[in-house]
Amino acid sequence: MTTIAAPPSGAASTKTRRKVGNAVWGVVAWIAGIIFVFPVIWMILTSLKQAKDVTTNPPVWFFTPTFEHFTNVFDSNITPFLLNSLMASVFSTLLVVVLATPAAYALSLRPVAKWSDALFFFISTKMMPVVAAVLPVYLLTVKIGMKDNIWTMVILYTSMNLPLAIWMMRSFLLEVPREVLEAGEVDGAGLLTSIRRIILPIVSPGLAATALICFIFTWNEFFLAVNLTDTNASTAPIFLLGFISGRGPFLADLSAAAVLLSLPVLIAGWVAQNKLVRGLSMGAVK
Amino acid sequence: MTDVITRADEHTEAPPPVPTKGGAKDRWARRAPLLPALVFAIIVTQVPFLVTIYFSTQSWNALRPGSRKFVGFDNYITVLTDDRLRSALLNTVILTAGAVIFSMILGLALAILLDRKFLGRSIVRTMLITPFLIMPVAAALLWKHGIYNPDYGLINGIFGGSTAWATSYPKTAIITTLVWQWTPFMMLILLAGLQSQSNDVLEAARVDGAGAWRIFTRMTLPHLRQYLELGALLGSIYLVNTFDAIYTITQGGPGTATTNLPYEIYQTIFSKYEYGEASAAGVVVVILTIIVATFALRVISGLFKVEEGR
Repeated sequence: MTTIAAPPSGAASTKTRRKVGNAVWGVVAWIAGIIFVFPVIWMILTSLKQAKDVTTNPPVWFFTPTFEHFTNVFDSNITPFLLNSLMASVFSTLLVVVLATPAAYALSLRPVAKWSDALFFFISTKMMPVVAAVLPVYLLTVKIGMKDNIWTMVILYTSMNLPLAIWMMRSFLLEVPREVLEAGEVDGAGLLTSIRRIILPIVSPGLAATALICFIFTWNEFFLAVNLTDTNASTAPIFLLGFISGRGPFLADLSAAAVLLSLPVLIAGWVAQNKLVRGLSMGAVK
Repeated sequence: MTDVITRADEHTEAPPPVPTKGGAKDRWARRAPLLPALVFAIIVTQVPFLVTIYFSTQSWNALRPGSRKFVGFDNYITVLTDDRLRSALLNTVILTAGAVIFSMILGLALAILLDRKFLGRSIVRTMLITPFLIMPVAAALLWKHGIYNPDYGLINGIFGGSTAWATSYPKTAIITTLVWQWTPFMMLILLAGLQSQSNDVLEAARVDGAGAWRIFTRMTLPHLRQYLELGALLGSIYLVNTFDAIYTITQGGPGTATTNLPYEIYQTIFSKYEYGEASAAGVVVVILTIIVATFALRVISGLFKVEEGR
């Protein structure tokens, strides 16, 4: 490090070499990206094909697109499923945020004694396989007449996302500079004022990301939905199962439904991809 | 940030000094925001699990009312000696390990590619995370009918032949689908790891004449270790619970070739109504997960320490 002082021309050539290298590897990355996204593209293409073009072998690549399969999806009573998913996702996300934010506050900025025990308790509930608790929940909900009820799903989804949200919110709250908080306190700012004026403006992007991830997980959840709902509270993933009927070329209709139901999460995820890592690793990685 | 963590740590290690004023009132003020979440989590997650443990000591088939009685550890003996369950355990290990290892390797390769600057990098990243965002049931149905189908699936459509991929190679078919969905997850975590590596140090190594391979094995990999561990462990914890793909693509078959523990327990409860056995199997799954999770938590604590040292 100390001895080498490379001549300027040499440095320039390494630079160009690195640029060319980057371009070559960039092409490789593009190919990988296209391969990974391809099944999704294929799903979209299938959803737009004429019925006769769907189940051909070899596959048809060029066709006159049609939206008839999307119309079919809307004709097949998708609305209750969408409403259920929307309700479950929105209400459980709200409940998670209401429960997780104060808890994360108590575990970060003004920590309670034994804060790490509490933190690890929450995460351990996330690591418990859901199959190990489903039977008592199932029997209880049947007994008290709460099976196939959307509010049961809201509560279960809240418990599913709560640990994740607490960990995530905690990692965002830790970014509030302590000095600013203390300065605020010295200036006589009460708790509510400092929450409103100092903490919220700093953590609100994190709060949004947390809510988004809870929404995504609830929207996509399948196991609890398939076991604890029948007709009244079924969510979007269950709707897809109903689509695999023997009738005709169902694949195009199925693809259209899959595209429609994946769309909200896809858009949300694309928009929030920078924050996604932190949510998925529960705030352990930035 | 560092300040907060060290301070809090002192709290846990040494008993907190007796607060001079406020005392109990201050402690409750600190605890109050935590309590709703804590109470909620205990009621919704811990209580059902305790009930599961209780159920696991019962001989209880819902189809034979009145036959329910206490049998102690009999269900556990059944679970541990039953061939079906043992094969389910083995399948769980194969499917989880297969999916984690392959998505890890691919994720690492993709993270390294994306760590460079090139034209359209953010577009490629968006394309790569897309599989993770697709609704898992939709993804599974798409792979089963659109890609693996022997008559009109994409694989046979492009490469010819009439292989029924999901029935001829059930484990591979499931693992492939899972790898497709989980590689983005691994990539995102590893990419975060790569980008947290200090550029100055890498530049210094380059100036010192270290080759790319040497830099990778001597500096990048050790730096990535924690991220690799975190990805593997979180991935395992999620993938051990794989249900959507199995329910949708193979229904656990053919035979029991892809029946993993969650699917087996699901069938035991909802088609065989053997509540006692299903509960015992559930408890066994929890014990296995605790073993994996203990390591996961250690890794996460390790990352805390790193955060602290900064």
